[in-house]
Amino acid sequence: MPAGATYEPLATTTLTGTQATIDFNSISGSYTDLVISLYAQNAAASTGTRTGLMKLNSDSGTNYSYTTINGNGTAAASTRASSQSGGIFYAELVRAGNGANMFGFARISLFNYAGSTNKTILSESSADINGSGFVTRIVGLWRSTSAITSISLIGGSEGFTAGTTATLYGIKAA
Amino acid sequence: MIGALVAGITGSGGASLSSYESIATATGTGSSNTITFSSIPSTFKHLQIRYIGRTDNSATSRNYYIRLNSDSGANYAYHRLYGDGSTTGAEGYASQTEAYCFSSMPGALAGTNTMGVAITDLLDYSSSTKNKTLRTFHAFDNNGSGNVNISSGLWINTAAVTSITIVMATGNWTTSSTFALYGIKEA
Repeated sequence: MPAGATYEPLATTTLTGTQATIDFNSISGSYTDLVISLYAQNAAASTGTRTGLMKLNSDSGTNYSYTTINGNGTAAASTRASSQSGGIFYAELVRAGNGANMFGFARISLFNYAGSTNKTILSESSADINGSGFVTRIVGLWRSTSAITSISLIGGSEGFTAGTTATLYGIKAA
Repeated sequence: MIGALVAGITGSGGASLSSYESIATATGTGSSNTITFSSIPSTFKHLQIRYIGRTDNSATSRNYYIRLNSDSGANYAYHRLYGDGSTTGAEGYASQTEAYCFSSMPGALAGTNTMGVAITDLLDYSSSTKNKTLRTFHAFDNNGSGNVNISSGLWINTAAVTSITIVMATGNWTTSSTFALYGIKEA
């Protein structure tokens, strides 16, 4: 890896079978921000989408909250959840029941992840199912001043399917 | 467990890994409302600013705005799509003296240590034939309040962008506010 790379891939996972979570552990604190690019499918046999939640540092306390805006093809809506223990909502996950080749996209930014303020994340989620789906933008808060050292992406109650791929990048400012 | 690095990404293409470069960083001083990136080189194709911020003003949140090349004339327009947790809205303004980003930076009445975040993209910034368009995804969550915003800004000027100023509209940027300017090269 060239010295001084600014936008650096740290890890990639591509699933070969159904898996409940995708985890990134032992994350180095030497970057400024982290970005996760995710192309995913939830393993539910039904149609529609499933909520994807993310936990940080294995925290299961009521330390998560989020605010969203979404469009479903006919209307826009905004939602909020406070003091959650299940994690931060990061994406609407396309279910396998919509078709084996139907996947959804999410790009998640974790800002100043090793700093001493509470952790705020942004997520862009796109789930189009040819006649239904959501485009969603999310801000999430983890009320902890600890550095983020692990990230767990939860694939909904059924988990992620094979073919789901996630890459963790580190971005380093000068 | 961190997955193995993918060989195809690391490869021998060092040039591809340097196509996203850090140009400069800035930190709030606690006594100024202005962050400026100046003398921006023209050697990139696009720019991106990634930042976290907070104002010392006694409010839950405040607005901020962006100017290019220190232009304070009525040469800007902007639009916003937003959600506040219960309602959505959209607004637009023309012939403005700056490109505003509304309500996304927490103030002193927000939760301690809670920051707003933003990503601003400026494509083809050194073009001499195109007006400049900004895209900003900006938001904060305060565990019971907050909003998420997608804003666009237009600078009606074909000059190459050589400076970007980010101004907190009320109060000063706190010392926990940090800004990073990145350049993205073309092939």
